[in-house]
Amino acid sequence: MPKDTEGTASLPGYRRPAPGTQPYHLHPAYASSIKRAPSKPLVYLPHTLSEVTGPIFEASAVDLKACDLTRHGSGEPLGERIIVSGRVLDENGRPVHHTLVELWQANAAGRYLHKIDQHDAPLDPNFIGTGHAMTDANGRYRFVTIRPGAYPWKNHHNAWRPAHIHFSLFGPAFATRLVTQMYFPGDPLLAFDPIFNCTADENARNRLVSSFDWESTLPEQALGYKFDLILSGREGMPWETK
Amino acid sequence: MTLHATTSQTVGPFFSIGFDKLNRDDLAAPGVSGQRIEIEGRVLDADAQGVPDAVIEIWQANARGKYAHPDDPQDKPAEPGFQGFGRIPTQQNGTFRFATIKPGRVPGPDGKLQAPHILVSVFARGLMRRLVTRIYFPDDPANSQDYALSLVESSRRHTLIAKHSSKGDGLLEWNVVLQGPDETAFFDC
Repeated sequence: MPKDTEGTASLPGYRRPAPGTQPYHLHPAYASSIKRAPSKPLVYLPHTLSEVTGPIFEASAVDLKACDLTRHGSGEPLGERIIVSGRVLDENGRPVHHTLVELWQANAAGRYLHKIDQHDAPLDPNFIGTGHAMTDANGRYRFVTIRPGAYPWKNHHNAWRPAHIHFSLFGPAFATRLVTQMYFPGDPLLAFDPIFNCTADENARNRLVSSFDWESTLPEQALGYKFDLILSGREGMPWETK
Repeated sequence: MTLHATTSQTVGPFFSIGFDKLNRDDLAAPGVSGQRIEIEGRVLDADAQGVPDAVIEIWQANARGKYAHPDDPQDKPAEPGFQGFGRIPTQQNGTFRFATIKPGRVPGPDGKLQAPHILVSVFARGLMRRLVTRIYFPDDPANSQDYALSLVESSRRHTLIAKHSSKGDGLLEWNVVLQGPDETAFFDC
């Protein structure tokens, strides 16, 4: 056997999503998907070495101040200060340690610091709305930020996005890449949001809703919200069958 | 214990706020070995209009066919200054361009080598999940034996193979057609 291929035959791939737990590409209620979703079936690709590897980011790439979005201006941003924290686990329940978490969001008024956001709501000179962090050895992450506002969009008449925070994670492999959105408990807009509702499985949808968390709430400072993220797990791990 | 992977949601129109810090359209630092290449193209929608708010991410092996990743078991040297990751947002007319080195062949199933290829994730407003595809190289004899290419209907394989650009200079052209008759083949991955 040539050296190139030594050992790679035994590398397990990553699991595929359970039916209904991930959105389809075409979701007509979400108008932007109509001209952009592929029309042909995806080609099933068993994972090769290319998919079970992926970019690794070193701790040195992380700005330690980046996890506190309330400290990116010269003063305090307006709005309700919150702490968003949780764990990143794989489907086998193991912590995904030292993986990069990227985050972005609107300000408290529901406005993004972005040139194409024309929502008639004020920008906040003390709020940029982006952060990143590395999970610790137990897969934990923690951000300090402000609660984003809901905002209108033009998807349909009187369309409003529920308050949300965008998350982007890499995990250990190309196959584990995840971009998602975190929502807030009790938001009346969730029931009407085509993006939130594009996932058929109700439990899967509801896992995108963070929970209010006394444990991370800081007296006199900030309410805590807990949001755990699950990345694809390796197939054939020993305890998966237990 | 079996958990379910978190549901994907679109990056939306404002991802640059969170993504820009890792933008990288030049993957190989000076001194990195390998054949220097540049690839440009467009992300196009069902009406063949450029998608100005998409972003592609690149993952590839070094010129020797080794990934900068601990799970790559091959006994081959890593390449300092080469991570193999790129992130390139599209411009107003849907164009993107990046510079890298041509990856070497990496192992595939059954002990066979794969043809040189670059993995691509496509994110955009309107895409609830990323799209995954691959870029292969023109005139590479290994393409005809490649594992992943062989899974794609023969009539669609060309959508994964870059072309020599009419602009010359060794530039390669490769487009992402999200929807339509010449739709790019995307992988369930």
